This record gives sequence, structure tokens and C-alpha cells, in this order.
Amino acid sequence: MSRIAAFGRFWWEFVVGDDWVAALGVVVAVAVTAALAAWWVLPLAVLAVLYVSLQRAAQ
Amino acid sequence: MSAVFLVLSAFLASAVEMVEALTIVLAAGIARGWRSALTGVGAATVALAAIVAALGPALTLVPLRDLRLVVGTLLLLFGLQWLRKAILRASGFKALHDEDAAFAEELAAARAAGREERAGIDWYGFTIAFKGVLLEGLEVAFIVLTFGSTQGSIPLAAAGAAGALVLVGGVGVAVRAPLARVPENAVKFAVGIMLTTFGIFWSAEGAGVKWPGSDASLPGVLAFVCASSALLVAQLRARRRRLATA
Repeated sequence: MSRIAAFGRFWWEFVVGDDWVAALGVVVAVAVTAALAAWWVLPLAVLAVLYVSLQRAAQ
Repeated sequence: MSAVFLVLSAFLASAVEMVEALTIVLAAGIARGWRSALTGVGAATVALAAIVAALGPALTLVPLRDLRLVVGTLLLLFGLQWLRKAILRASGFKALHDEDAAFAEELAAARAAGREERAGIDWYGFTIAFKGVLLEGLEVAFIVLTFGSTQGSIPLAAAGAAGALVLVGGVGVAVRAPLARVPENAVKFAVGIMLTTFGIFWSAEGAGVKWPGSDASLPGVLAFVCASSALLVAQLRARRRRLATA
């Protein structure tokens, strides 16, 4: 069980990293981009996600 | 233009990971003997080559649009992790990575560990070198495979990684010391910017977006990510100054 947990933890840290909110934000941003099909959505959404993530980290 | 980005991104990302792997291998080699450490490096290299050989052809079978959506999203997740840490370091909210300190820590741990020999190999030295190279190398393999497959040229991305291997490995063998002079944060910043740029571009394309000017808009996305990062560093530095004076 501990090996499975370690395997899961490795992939979580590899893909999600320190801030799960930022990871969730990226997935939502890509989904919204797909829904609106507008090129300017994703750059702005990524900037917003990065801003929020940095403010949380700097608290 | 995309080809230059591709090679440069693979080269820089690989170089940073290899500098970190080199530090671990040096500590294992000095403290536990070179035979065990180099056997670990060899075994990890074979494992990585097997992963790339198995996944590389499989990725070329996935439809390009689906591949770009998944890979672009993963690169975006990856890139933002790198960029976030680099911005926090550049603004003073996170300590700079110190390769000398990491080396001293690894060396002390390797010297303190008990000795267990299997088939004439010191197990601790082998395992530390194997894990270090495999884990750092997985990120390199991921970047080479994803960049290469989405741009339709795994060999070009592999060439960038191979260049980094030759450079870091060559310098490592020559100096036999951790490469503390590599401007790691600057390189990580550059890699974070490139991964985020490619991530935005490909995941949007995979989501069905048409970029104005197609591939020609890639430098525009790059400029946007650079400018945004610079603004965020400036904003956080100002915030840190306010906190210091409060």
C-alpha cells in the first residue's frame, strides 16, 4: 500500500506540484477556451492563475 | 522559429535537470565509490531509453489535435510550476537553489548511511545514483517526447537534450564538483517561460482555437508571457519591500 501511495504521490507532485489550485485553474482555463474558441482567453486566464497562485504563495 | 524554440527548450530544461542529477551522482560517487554510482547511472539511462523507446512511437499514433490538447495542458501545468518558483525566487519570496548546499547535504547523507553490498556493488550508492538520474531524467524524457511529438520531430528535441548531456556531463567529468556557477534560477526562469508559452499555444490549438497568423503568433505569446512574468516579479518585489518596511 505504501508503494502505491508513494507512486501516486510521485505523479501528483510531478503533474500538480505545490499548488493544486493553480493546476485546477489551468484545467478550467483550457475548458473555457474550448467552450469559447477564442485565442485571447487562455493567455489572460493563465496570467490570472499565475497571479493568484503567486499571491497565495507570498502570503 | 518553432524548431529553434524546440531545441533551445529541450536543451535548457535538460541542462537544469542534468545539473541536479550530476550533484547527486557526484555525492554518491565520492562518498560510496564510483563503481556503484556509475552502475546506477547506467541502469537509469537504460530505463530512460526504454521509456522513450516505448512511448515515443506510441505518441505518434495519437491524433495531433488530441495530443496537443493533452500535452499542451501538461506543459502548461509544468511550465507554471517552474515559472511560479522562478518568480518567487527572483522576488525574494523563496531562497535561491544552492547547488553547493545540496551537494553537501547529499554527501553527508551518503557518508552516514550503512554499507550493504550486493553483487560487489554498494547498494546505497547504486540506489541514490539510479533514483537521482531516473527522476531528473523523467522530466527530460517527458519534455523531449511531448515537444518532439507535438512539433513532429522527436529527433530534434532529443538533439537539444543530447547537447545538454554532452555539455553538463563533460564539464562534470572535468571539474568533478557540483556546477554551482550555473545561473540556475535564470535558466529555470527561461524554461518556465518556454514551457508556459508552448503550453498556452498547443493546448489552445488542441481546444479548437485558431491563432491569428498560425505559428507566427508563437513569438507574440512568448512576449506576453515574458512581460507578464516581469510585471509579476516587479509587483512581488514591491510587496516584499513594503513588508520589510512595515
